[in-house]
Amino acid sequence: MVLPDTTEDTQGSGLASVNPDLASERLTASFCVPRLTAVLDGGAERTRLRRAVVDVIESDPVFSRENQYFQSQNERYEAAVRKAVHVRKKMQEMGWSEDGPESVYIYRALSGDVAFLLHRVFMRSISVLGSDKQVAKWIPPATEYQLIGSYAQTELGHGTYLQGLETTAVFDISTQEFILNTPTISAMKWWPGDMGRSATHTVVFAQLYIHGKCYGVHPFIVQIRSRQDHSLCPGVIAGDIGPKMNFEHIDNGYLMLKNVRIPRENMLNKFCEVQPDGTYIRRGSQKINYFTMTSVRISLISDEVILPLMKACTIAIRYSVVRRQSKLKPGEEEAKILDYQTQQEKLLPQLAAAYAFHFINNYLHELFNRGYREIQGRNFDSLPELHAFSSGFKAMVTQYCTSGLEICLRACGGHGYSLLSGLPSLYTKILASCIYEGENTILLLQTARFLIKCFTAASAGQPVPPSVTYLAAMKPGKCPAKDKLDFLSPDIYTEAYQHAAIRLISSTAAKLQDLIQSGVERHEAWNQCTVQLVQAAKAHCHYITVKNFVETVEKLENTAGIQNIMKHLCDLFALHGIFSNAGIFLHDGYITGAQMDMVTASYLDLLGIIRKDAVPLVDAFDFTDKNLNSALGSYDGQVYQRLYDWARKAPTNKQISPAYEKYLKPLLHNKLSKL
Amino acid sequence: MMNADLRRERAAASFQPELLTHILDGGAERTRRRKEIEALVINDPDFQHEDLNFLSRSQRYEQAIRKSSLMVMKLREYGIADPEEIYWFKSFVHRGRPEPLDLHLGMFLPTLLTQATPEQQDRFFMPAWNLEIIGTYAQTEMGHGTHLRGLETTATYDPATQEFILNSPTVTSIKWWPGGLGKTSNHAIVLAQLYTQGQCKGLHAFIVPIRQLGTHEPLPGITVGDIGPKFGYDEMDNGYLKMDNFRIPRENMLMKYAQVEPDGTYVKPVSDKLTYGTMVFIRSLIVGDSARSLSRACTIAIRYSAVRHQSELKPGAPEPQILDYQTQQYKLFPLLATAYAFHFVGAYIKDTYHRISGDIHDGDLSELPELHALTAGLKAFTSWTANAGIEECRMACGGHGYSRCSGIPDIYVTFTPSCTYEGENTVMMLQTARFLVKSYNQVSSGQRVTGMVSYLNDLSRQRIQPQHVAGRTETVRINDPVSLVEAYKARAARLVEAAAKNLQAELNHRKSKEDAWNKTSVDLVRASEAHCHYVIVKLFTAKLSEISNAAVCAVLTELCLLYALYGISKNAGDFLQAGILTDTQITQVNQRVKELLAVIRPNAVALVDSFDFHDVHLGSVLGRYDGNVYENMFEWAKKSPLNKTEVHESFHKHLKPMQSKL
Repeated sequence: MVLPDTTEDTQGSGLASVNPDLASERLTASFCVPRLTAVLDGGAERTRLRRAVVDVIESDPVFSRENQYFQSQNERYEAAVRKAVHVRKKMQEMGWSEDGPESVYIYRALSGDVAFLLHRVFMRSISVLGSDKQVAKWIPPATEYQLIGSYAQTELGHGTYLQGLETTAVFDISTQEFILNTPTISAMKWWPGDMGRSATHTVVFAQLYIHGKCYGVHPFIVQIRSRQDHSLCPGVIAGDIGPKMNFEHIDNGYLMLKNVRIPRENMLNKFCEVQPDGTYIRRGSQKINYFTMTSVRISLISDEVILPLMKACTIAIRYSVVRRQSKLKPGEEEAKILDYQTQQEKLLPQLAAAYAFHFINNYLHELFNRGYREIQGRNFDSLPELHAFSSGFKAMVTQYCTSGLEICLRACGGHGYSLLSGLPSLYTKILASCIYEGENTILLLQTARFLIKCFTAASAGQPVPPSVTYLAAMKPGKCPAKDKLDFLSPDIYTEAYQHAAIRLISSTAAKLQDLIQSGVERHEAWNQCTVQLVQAAKAHCHYITVKNFVETVEKLENTAGIQNIMKHLCDLFALHGIFSNAGIFLHDGYITGAQMDMVTASYLDLLGIIRKDAVPLVDAFDFTDKNLNSALGSYDGQVYQRLYDWARKAPTNKQISPAYEKYLKPLLHNKLSKL
Repeated sequence: MMNADLRRERAAASFQPELLTHILDGGAERTRRRKEIEALVINDPDFQHEDLNFLSRSQRYEQAIRKSSLMVMKLREYGIADPEEIYWFKSFVHRGRPEPLDLHLGMFLPTLLTQATPEQQDRFFMPAWNLEIIGTYAQTEMGHGTHLRGLETTATYDPATQEFILNSPTVTSIKWWPGGLGKTSNHAIVLAQLYTQGQCKGLHAFIVPIRQLGTHEPLPGITVGDIGPKFGYDEMDNGYLKMDNFRIPRENMLMKYAQVEPDGTYVKPVSDKLTYGTMVFIRSLIVGDSARSLSRACTIAIRYSAVRHQSELKPGAPEPQILDYQTQQYKLFPLLATAYAFHFVGAYIKDTYHRISGDIHDGDLSELPELHALTAGLKAFTSWTANAGIEECRMACGGHGYSRCSGIPDIYVTFTPSCTYEGENTVMMLQTARFLVKSYNQVSSGQRVTGMVSYLNDLSRQRIQPQHVAGRTETVRINDPVSLVEAYKARAARLVEAAAKNLQAELNHRKSKEDAWNKTSVDLVRASEAHCHYVIVKLFTAKLSEISNAAVCAVLTELCLLYALYGISKNAGDFLQAGILTDTQITQVNQRVKELLAVIRPNAVALVDSFDFHDVHLGSVLGRYDGNVYENMFEWAKKSPLNKTEVHESFHKHLKPMQSKL
């Protein structure tokens, strides 16, 4: 159990005990909270390790985030650089290694508020795409921070579509160099993190030209700043791209290259090489590149997407039992806002989703690890499936969690709008995840392409990957539910999701086929079906998420009330999805109107049941107050005192307002009345 | 030089954007006058300043105060007094952002006019008019928002000194959020529970001086300050106020209606229904604001989507404009249609308010309850939709939408609090629901209802039975807006009836009315949403018959159809379950939506040009009228604070020492 925070900010303000409104919520938990925390961590031993790491990080004042809401972009950047440097020191002190089990918890304890994240991508891309010789040359100094790297792919005018990149690398045989150029304004590299101010080197993706012939996009290591005085190298123009919605601590940058020459050896050449005479050689499989993208997409889901939603649920739900508003019954005191059905209907489905996605994340990691073992054995068969899954789930989970987090924000009324609630910065950060590592619509269309292909294969009786064999199992049938309790049966709702997914995929495949047969060109037919394709891909991911939640619950220990409460959450997640997408399920009459009323009734009943465990369910996420960094969400529920104490520390209350002497005073001193 | 893509888009439009602009403004003359005022501000060197994105909060506040004081002077200098013209002037000066004098001009002065006695007006109005007194309106407390009766601040009358003693007895009673309170105001109208002769008389308003005239220091007994950084509203010093035994003279209670006599006798006010009028007015402004904010976001996203090229549609062909992708059209065009729908709804409420405010003045309050209920729901419906729509527009701009230079982050953070202020949206929806259920019950008991809810009359006669509507379904014609209005009407009727019946069922099972209401509130919100949706489709459709120009009428009809059909597609479950449409018709609706996307595509840029936002007001590099996006993004970025020095100081402070140590 997390202990209430007693840092300086709360001392002397009378915050001694837990708010009784929050304390009472914890007395009636139907399950054992520490046991659930252990389930989420993957075992009690992991919980212990995590807490030990968090404790070390949070007890060091350099890592404090208390002032972050008051800081300017410059201050945030400087603090992030300072933390990055300090983490290195801390790790040496503690004997933690970069690839040790602690590293993931370090990052979480810092809430990602640290510089040089792209430096890791820089190193990973050299490790994966570089030859042994290149790895030996670059990785040791990078490990020692003798150079700081970035990863420059996206251009001002070009994002997801890599073939469209405009930066060029022309091979000059006479000097055995590549000449790099960003020939137009839209070719300028734009967005790479750590590049605006920090990086000395970067991996630049550019179109390779040899003897006037273009060989497509390749990676090159380019030095952009001096390792001595950090000034820009000749021919390099680089800087910060300016303020964004979040990531103030990261110096996302721009980069222009004018005839910058780099030695031939700086092209990353594990898979492709330009020989001294200009001969281009391709070796090995480039499919492994896909594997890198896949691994990045899967790895971001947990830390960048699910954890923020869990934090937001913790803040909003704790606040909703502290906040009282209006009366439910005359004569009683004002009710906790979580007792309003409409508030439950906003927050509890998000809580259920946080759990659902936590479990789907485990599933994706298993899938990924299995795929990884196969690839090491030179078997690339599972790559298409992995790629389709990582794309689809990245898109679905980021989109769902982003809107869920915004619901939490707005459910906290006015105080949610204050930065001190912690919610606005969680929101502005998570929403970037809908775009980076592949824009969501494009990713869903990639998943859809895979599904259509599998559906066509399955219909023709050909084998398909195990996760999509259901596509061959189209049964006409109707939903057999007779009363509202039937909808608490996982078989009933899982079947409904399966049916909806198959229907959407098959009808889109049919539409596509029709269009092509009626003479529409293939690419145009595809564009005309994209709205439906996106819907089909989402339905597939939704189905797999529900199915996986059901299977996870079945496997859980049936002690300490864990399985029971997880079953409720699973039901809620599933029924919320049917309730919110009723049209999809009603469309072909699989679920009738009368059955839809049963779904609604069961769904609303569940809200009341889960309401009782809402606070224990967020306590189980086990976030420390420092990690939440929220005046509304702290463990002790002393919301108002903390908000007041914190606000008084705002710089606007410490500095003399420059506006007073300059503008207010003349205004107040009657300069206007002369008019 | 205009970007070639945008030039092509504009040349291909089937209608003249100015004509549509005139319709949005309410006539060519209004457009002319708006542009005249716009030019006054935009050409005035006094209102120029650095891009706000590069300034700190403190600097932004300072700029806002500077501009606000100039604004007040210039408004008087130019003799601009019409409320709408003042609104334009203010939006151009502050570029659609809030400013520290908003509460002074929008609440403090009007409250003095409506609630102060003549004697109080003599004392306070002219100094406030001349800004010697700057006031705010302190209602919300840290622990209390929408539920006014829960406010804790007390004003206890002391007959011995003929003073009120004001107190904030708890942390939760600290006034929190009022705009201009933190740093700007020297007075506040404070809402407090009045105690006199040992009895609580409920909430009343008091004029409380909070800062010393001359030094601007807080007065003894007053703790006042800024509530810290927020999502947006950087220009605004939202504040807190704590009062400890702070005494004000008896004459500082606003006593036009209720009064406390020198001996402490309390005299009750006559009627309190009048406050409805103000609420209706402010909520109608929010509906208009939903339309404008969404229009701005659409303008940016659609222009940028015409400039941005990405990937390939056809193998081997050049990268197409992203606006040519069906998925992009599906994100943006329904929002464009929504923005137009909300414009017309906002104009309707404003007109209705002005029409009946004469009646209100004469004491005829008969139309107020319905208008009050309707505006509550429409405020919630439009602000929720616009809020989500602005985010959708930002997402549709990909990575660059995330940069502050796109302008959309600012539109969003400025707009999103309107889901909360002036009545939290869920609470607003439930207010509308209360009216709907009441109307339903009237009909059930044999009375007739009028106005926008008159469809409930039909319900009692026809008794819509979900299973027996086979005959009805053929009557919905998906290309006819009038027929679609009927479909929305049927949906609203069905959901109001379902909610009312569920409420009755809960009442039959439980003792308490409040419990039953709470257990039905999800249904009730759905019913209100369906009702509002119907009203919007109806008003949009009605607007079409007023358009004389054929080309403009054609394009607005397409938008209206798209708005109605998209809404059906998104809420297909309701229409299917009620048997209003068959699954075949839903499939047709989905197909028709996609056809309309292609139909609207050639006019998309012209349709956002018609909103006629000046670049300065739009504040977006992506949405510039000339479409020269990339060059200007680069120019903008070069001004970023992190670029002030070539080598950032953290290199010397942190990086270099680390490199030498490792």
